[in-house]
Amino acid sequence: MSDIKLKITDREGVSHEVDAPTDMNMNLMEVVRSYELAPEGTIGICGGMAMCASCQCYIQSDHQLPEKSDDEDAMLAEAFFVKDNSRLGCQIHITEDLDGLEVELAPEEG
Amino acid sequence: MIKTDILIIGAGPTGLFAVFEAGLLQLKCHLIDALPQPGGQCAEIYPKKPIYDIPGYPEVLAGELVDNLMEQIKPFQPGFTLGERAETIEKLENGSFVVTTNKGTKHQAPVIAIAGGLGSFEPRKPLLDNLSDYEDNGVAYMIKEPEIYRNKKVLIAGGGDSALDWSIFLADVAKEVTLVHRRNEFRGALDSVEKVQQLKNEGKINLITPAEVVGLHGEGKLEKVTVTNTDASEETDVTVDHFIPLFGLSPKLGTIADWGLEIEKNAIKVDNSLDYQTNIPGIYAIGDVNTYPGKLKLILCGFHEATLMCQSAYQRIHPDKKYVMKYTTVGGVTGFDGSKKEAPKAVVKAIN
Repeated sequence: MSDIKLKITDREGVSHEVDAPTDMNMNLMEVVRSYELAPEGTIGICGGMAMCASCQCYIQSDHQLPEKSDDEDAMLAEAFFVKDNSRLGCQIHITEDLDGLEVELAPEEG
Repeated sequence: MIKTDILIIGAGPTGLFAVFEAGLLQLKCHLIDALPQPGGQCAEIYPKKPIYDIPGYPEVLAGELVDNLMEQIKPFQPGFTLGERAETIEKLENGSFVVTTNKGTKHQAPVIAIAGGLGSFEPRKPLLDNLSDYEDNGVAYMIKEPEIYRNKKVLIAGGGDSALDWSIFLADVAKEVTLVHRRNEFRGALDSVEKVQQLKNEGKINLITPAEVVGLHGEGKLEKVTVTNTDASEETDVTVDHFIPLFGLSPKLGTIADWGLEIEKNAIKVDNSLDYQTNIPGIYAIGDVNTYPGKLKLILCGFHEATLMCQSAYQRIHPDKKYVMKYTTVGGVTGFDGSKKEAPKAVVKAIN
């Protein structure tokens, strides 16, 4: 079994416990989309290229995440509602280390 | 009034390829796009990124794909209304449609193909309470006529290519240019970053980083903005005539959502068992903008949808004509410009 558990708080403040596979080359944005925790067309707009901030989320647990790439860092520098714990969901690969990760989706941009 | 056979809304890869398929059926096309250049997302968001799932291309850059499509459709002389957004639609008594853009350009066609992708690209606006009060009174999200900034005090916010390029350009035009960015690092072409550094050293650009615009002030028009330095948490007021936030673009479905089309999950529902027609006969939706059971937002699926849509559009425009699909290898490609491409004939020659 290679599923991990994630706790994702949607934009309405509702918390969801979901299972995410670690063997399907998925990222956090895709997990959110697969469970339809945010309406289609409001998340993952650029498809996962770190070129929009529609999958921005706040990391609430103290998991050790991979460093931000330059692309992600630059995108977050231009995004809105950014906090110190902001990350782009599309840049976070689902791995076994992330079991128990808690995140909250950032609000949709205007 | 611009008249055509198929009016295509959206000049991304799907819309462009529809011109080719329509052309094979001798149908003329005109395209409307909110962006100033054709290509949609491929040209605007990721022109330098590779795509690996275009059939027959092991790898192609998105920008190259657009260039190739433009080359492929050239013989069919499509018309373009660029930099304008399709705003309203009206059905005439003869069954044809009139689509009017935000700038008032009118287009008439018996068939409308919406190939709008995720929607039209609109500037991302910073979150400032009274921002809309100053729109057109000192705040603009795009630079249309640089001359209006001559001898004015301008503040640009943003860290990408357009913020850098316009700061460089306006340094020679405006009385004062201030560039504000949330980081010390800029994401742009190396040349532009170096040029801004040089202009800063010469005192021609006032650079404030890492900082953010947090307040706008002025009676009736913009007079002053408050900038917070995020490292020092210091607020400074900068006297300005213009504030230009350049935070890139994000797509919005916009007024097409009010055209009476069935919308589901931010996309237009179509009949995928037949021809990708919407609930309004004569209006089709192809590519990323549509949805149906099993929909995949892939360029290659958009190409297929465009092809079937054109066959249906042909039947609609010529209900009495009989038509059988012909392979381009057999029939060649005859352009509206008089050009003709065809497979070379086999040589028949006796060997004695």
